Amino acid sequence: MSLLAQTSPLIDWAWISRNMGQIVDRTWEHVTLTAVSVSIGLLLSLVLGLVALRWRWTYGPITWVTGLMYTIPSLALFALLVPIVGLNATNAVIALTSYTLLIIVRNLVAGIDGVPEAVIEAADGMGYTRRARFWRMEVPLALPVIVAGLRIATVTTVGLVTVTAVLGLGGYGFFILRGLNTFFWTQILVGVALSVILATILDIAFVLLERWLSPWARRAT
Amino acid sequence: MAQPVGAPRDMSVWESIESFLSEPETWSGPGSIWVRLGEHLWVSIVAVVVAALLVMPVAVWFGHTRRGSEVATAVVNIGRALPSFGILAISFLILVRMGAGIREPWAVLVALIALAAPPMFTNTVAGIQTVEPATVESARGMGLTEREVLTGVELPLAVPVIMEGVRIALVQVIATATLGALVAWGGLGRFIVDGFAQQDQGQLVAGAVLVGLLAVVAELGFSKLQRSATPRGLRTAR
Repeated sequence: MSLLAQTSPLIDWAWISRNMGQIVDRTWEHVTLTAVSVSIGLLLSLVLGLVALRWRWTYGPITWVTGLMYTIPSLALFALLVPIVGLNATNAVIALTSYTLLIIVRNLVAGIDGVPEAVIEAADGMGYTRRARFWRMEVPLALPVIVAGLRIATVTTVGLVTVTAVLGLGGYGFFILRGLNTFFWTQILVGVALSVILATILDIAFVLLERWLSPWARRAT
Repeated sequence: MAQPVGAPRDMSVWESIESFLSEPETWSGPGSIWVRLGEHLWVSIVAVVVAALLVMPVAVWFGHTRRGSEVATAVVNIGRALPSFGILAISFLILVRMGAGIREPWAVLVALIALAAPPMFTNTVAGIQTVEPATVESARGMGLTEREVLTGVELPLAVPVIMEGVRIALVQVIATATLGALVAWGGLGRFIVDGFAQQDQGQLVAGAVLVGLLAVVAELGFSKLQRSATPRGLRTAR
């Protein structure tokens, strides 16, 4: 066993080309789980962030609770959810979403807090209502920090989705897990490499999205 | 696969947890909770200590000379894109190919060291570099040597940020050590992985609670320690 483990080829290109169809399927699973979790996470974080900004005293408890959720290791959270929701995508989405909350909420609040006082006074002077000032001045100016939070949340989620293979949900972790069990190195390397590539692509996509959403920042530099 | 894992249908979660907790093997012998907890703790602590010894000197030098903030940023970005499960798997692959035994802890230890290093490195560099240049200059102006500036001014002022890095590293290492059970090692993750494999909900949930508790205790305990390690002058009234 150990000898086999040491001598099987590191990269079996034939296996990769033979399994392109499967690679596409696993990519789809990985992307779907990431997208659904980050989207729900963003929606929940917006609500939590707005609550924290409106009622300041809630910010401490919100970061404390989301921070605690963030601390619980992914494998343990998946396992804890099994008796409640079962072994399915819902389980993974709940766990993955809960990890995004702390990151996005913290950046949301920090971003809005970072808007210069002068801008707020200028907006007030121009007769903006509180609501208009928030959506048209503060949110756009906080966008870089908010998007930075989304980037971290997304990249982290892509990494965590590799663990959901334990729940039988596929994704790149499927390759890693099966490679580990069969000492088939190619699968491990393919699983890890694709996960890193996906994380990098999504990270770059967010940078481009931010540039597109805030054209004024480009003009300034 | 879509079926929930479960002991026989007529057994509730609580009953299966109870049956797991009432088995003698759970509390004594080679696979007991104590043995798994011990494995989990020693690997986590050794990983953090070794990583600290490896990266701190370099990080302190970068911080003191006010260089290398780009390196620190790059380390963070690369570290984030690499999934911890992936690092674990690659570390296993490399060490087994080098001839390590499959059930030995080395692959897990190496992976955890690699995971613990980035947050400690970046926080140490950032902690020292964010000390007010004016403070450092006045220390120099008072005739302190470079070593005295570092040990007497920069490091004490950087302690909160450095400790924060150690805390992040420790919590992450404890979380990832759980995944060690997926690469044939022990630790508390063993109960979760075996629980999944044997469809034993009691073992699964009990293991998850233990892992969660350990992570939360480490996090809260370290936050306390962090506060007491902060120089008195920097402590904010809370």
